[in-house]
Amino acid sequence: MGYVYAGYGITLVTLGLYSVRVVRRGRLLSRSLPPKEKTWQ
Amino acid sequence: MSTSPGTASRSTRVLGLLALVSLGTTVVAGLSLPQTREQHAYSRLIAIHPPIAWAAYLALGVTGIASALYLWPRTRSRSWDLISGSSAEIGTVFLALTLVTGSIWGRPTWGVWWVWDARLTLTALLLALSLGYLALRRVPAAAGIRAQRSAIAALLMLAVVPIDHFAVDWWRTLHQDSSFERAKSNLDGTFIAAMLLGFAAMTLVYAWLLVHRYRLEQLEERLETEGLELALAERRAEANMTNAGGAT
Repeated sequence: MGYVYAGYGITLVTLGLYSVRVVRRGRLLSRSLPPKEKTWQ
Repeated sequence: MSTSPGTASRSTRVLGLLALVSLGTTVVAGLSLPQTREQHAYSRLIAIHPPIAWAAYLALGVTGIASALYLWPRTRSRSWDLISGSSAEIGTVFLALTLVTGSIWGRPTWGVWWVWDARLTLTALLLALSLGYLALRRVPAAAGIRAQRSAIAALLMLAVVPIDHFAVDWWRTLHQDSSFERAKSNLDGTFIAAMLLGFAAMTLVYAWLLVHRYRLEQLEERLETEGLELALAERRAEANMTNAGGAT
């Protein structure tokens, strides 16, 4: 079962870390711009 | 209207929640699958490995379509270029995961981590091409030129996707046939259900990531433009001061 857990674990950790990176960078950059630039809000 | 910072909005929160729930359900369903006679517990990887590969193909497909729409003069828009770049980056993550989870599955079932068969080699080539595409987007150039050359590279990359997908039919490979076709004929309903759940989960994760990454790309471009405008204003001010000094 080690291989199975490794497969699931690596997938979840990688997707989790990438998601956090994208969201955090978005938060960081959005502070430098006025709200009117963020058309989705 | 939300005033929360970042690239989130009400719709991305709903999408994110759906992605998280479906991913969690996929993990539970996948890890609870029964053992098979051929592959024992390792067949449980069927709930994530084919769906991850599907998400990689989907991301590269979106990259290719957005690139074609950018190149087509009637539909040319900066948004298509930004979508293309965003989708390619997510596709690269999914391609890397495809190779890693495939390798993890191959080790106990084939006895090797890696073999140079057509499917694996073409997937590795796709990963190399997608990394090259991302590198090309960072080469300094005017936005239009950069977008145009990136779009051409994306279309070349997209051409490899069907070859990679049909490699298991066109050549004799160690990699098994299409997982879904095999599942329909050899596996019981629980495997098919777990795999379909995985496909839905990875599609939702991809969609959620794409929206956030696209908005991030918009922010980056806006800041880059502001930086350029600021630098130009500073240069003009310097030039005016020099001229004024020369005149006195």
